[in-house]
Amino acid sequence: MNRLTRTAQRWVVFVVAVGLWELLTQLARTAEAPKSFFFPPPSEIAVTAVDLWISPAFGEHIVPGVGRMLAGWALAGVIGIALGILLGRSRGAMAYLGALFNFLRSIPPPLLVPFFVAAVGTTNMQFPTIVFGAIWPVLLNTVDGARGVDATKVETARVFRLSRTQWTLGVVLPSALPKIFAGLRLSLSIALILMVISELIGSANGIGNQLVRAQRDYEPTAMWAWIVLLGVLGYLFNTLLLVLERRALAWQPRHSLEAQALATGG
Amino acid sequence: MNMLEVDGLGHTYKGKDGLHTAIDGLNFTVGAGELVCVVGPSGCGKSTLLRTIAGLIRPSRGTVSLHGNRVDGVPPDLAVVFQDYSRSLFPWLSVTRNVEFPLRSLSRTEREQRAAEALAAVGLAGAGRKYPWQLSGGMQQRVAIARALAYRPSLLLMDEPFASVDAQTRFELEDLLLRIRREQDTTVLLVTHDIDESVYLGDRVLVLSKSPATVVADLDVPLGPVRDQITTRAGEEFVELRAKVAGLLQGGPVTVR
Repeated sequence: MNRLTRTAQRWVVFVVAVGLWELLTQLARTAEAPKSFFFPPPSEIAVTAVDLWISPAFGEHIVPGVGRMLAGWALAGVIGIALGILLGRSRGAMAYLGALFNFLRSIPPPLLVPFFVAAVGTTNMQFPTIVFGAIWPVLLNTVDGARGVDATKVETARVFRLSRTQWTLGVVLPSALPKIFAGLRLSLSIALILMVISELIGSANGIGNQLVRAQRDYEPTAMWAWIVLLGVLGYLFNTLLLVLERRALAWQPRHSLEAQALATGG
Repeated sequence: MNMLEVDGLGHTYKGKDGLHTAIDGLNFTVGAGELVCVVGPSGCGKSTLLRTIAGLIRPSRGTVSLHGNRVDGVPPDLAVVFQDYSRSLFPWLSVTRNVEFPLRSLSRTEREQRAAEALAAVGLAGAGRKYPWQLSGGMQQRVAIARALAYRPSLLLMDEPFASVDAQTRFELEDLLLRIRREQDTTVLLVTHDIDESVYLGDRVLVLSKSPATVVADLDVPLGPVRDQITTRAGEEFVELRAKVAGLLQGGPVTVR
């Protein structure tokens, strides 16, 4: 019952918003304009969307686009975490590299699309664009997390003469994990944005490519369908990552009801 | 036989506002199987002393030897129980895994056996699968003690180990420590600012002066191996010794034997 209430709570505003949207677009229909061209009702968008997603477009556009995004995000994650731990635990590295990293991070990632188009060509630029844009949040968060290992843990590790592997994978990595996950979530949304933007500007296939095509062909319903798909994908991947995070950080008190009970004295 | 020999030990930090000598000219020994308490006013350099003995800090002057070997880096047969158990334990590992973590060179069965023994010794046999935060502060410090015991150190260093728990729990943990060292014959050097605690626990009490710390007195505590929180503390010898340590700490008349 409690669970049901919470699910209802989470979705009620969403459902009402979509309902209002439907109502307004239906009401806007007049005798002269039986259909609002740019604002189709969500019911129509949904029908078109389902049609699109089960058409060959799924294999031709959705799969390659999402594949690039996930591959780019994963590579950014691996490099970001490995490099972040290395730099975070090195004594002087960030003193030298901090300014450079902050400069590179401050460049709005979509602006790199023209560079990568020129450097590696229109067909290949999506992947490097995603990697380069998505790496910063993971990298800088990992550095921050790795630096934050408290002095008592450092001394404990030294006293028990932990091996380098035990220290890195058994102490630094788990200490940094909460910050790493925060970075990974930011990177994921950047990867999604960069996937679409790089495909909008130039790509043989992908979701952004289809979005532009729909726009050029004057098919607003299809355009909306692709936009909705992006929202669904963003929501889906973020939710999956949250589930993963909850499992990986299950040891953290704030992820458990028992700890909440303890903290509130219950 | 002397387990630990500290000879002319001194350490000077280079700080922003010049040099700061934390400890100076410290000489003492700890025999095998002894429990020695180091008591000193807060900020006198007790922590520095403990860290130089552990090999975590390289001292500016003098030497530390553990069963005859000069300490230069952390010795393999030394363990430390820190005051801040919540930070010293690894929150992402279960209690058992925390205790097993430093025993990587042993076989799995041996690791498990040692961890089980150590947890039983501190009275936490049933808590192995819990996470540290699910335990009370006193129980977390028991886990840290179990981890140190499972490591089977020649010398166990304890840095204000009971300063962060409530009085009731402190009594329990003090008795736990006395029982364990009776059973396992562990050599312990315990640093504390609590005069009563130093007399209650120690076979000997080393009294340190204000910073830079030197050994003001080295007192024998003839209270025997079995002590009781109520009767021992009420005894005449205990009260006398406590007064003596308190007097020494205040820089009063030094009446050392």
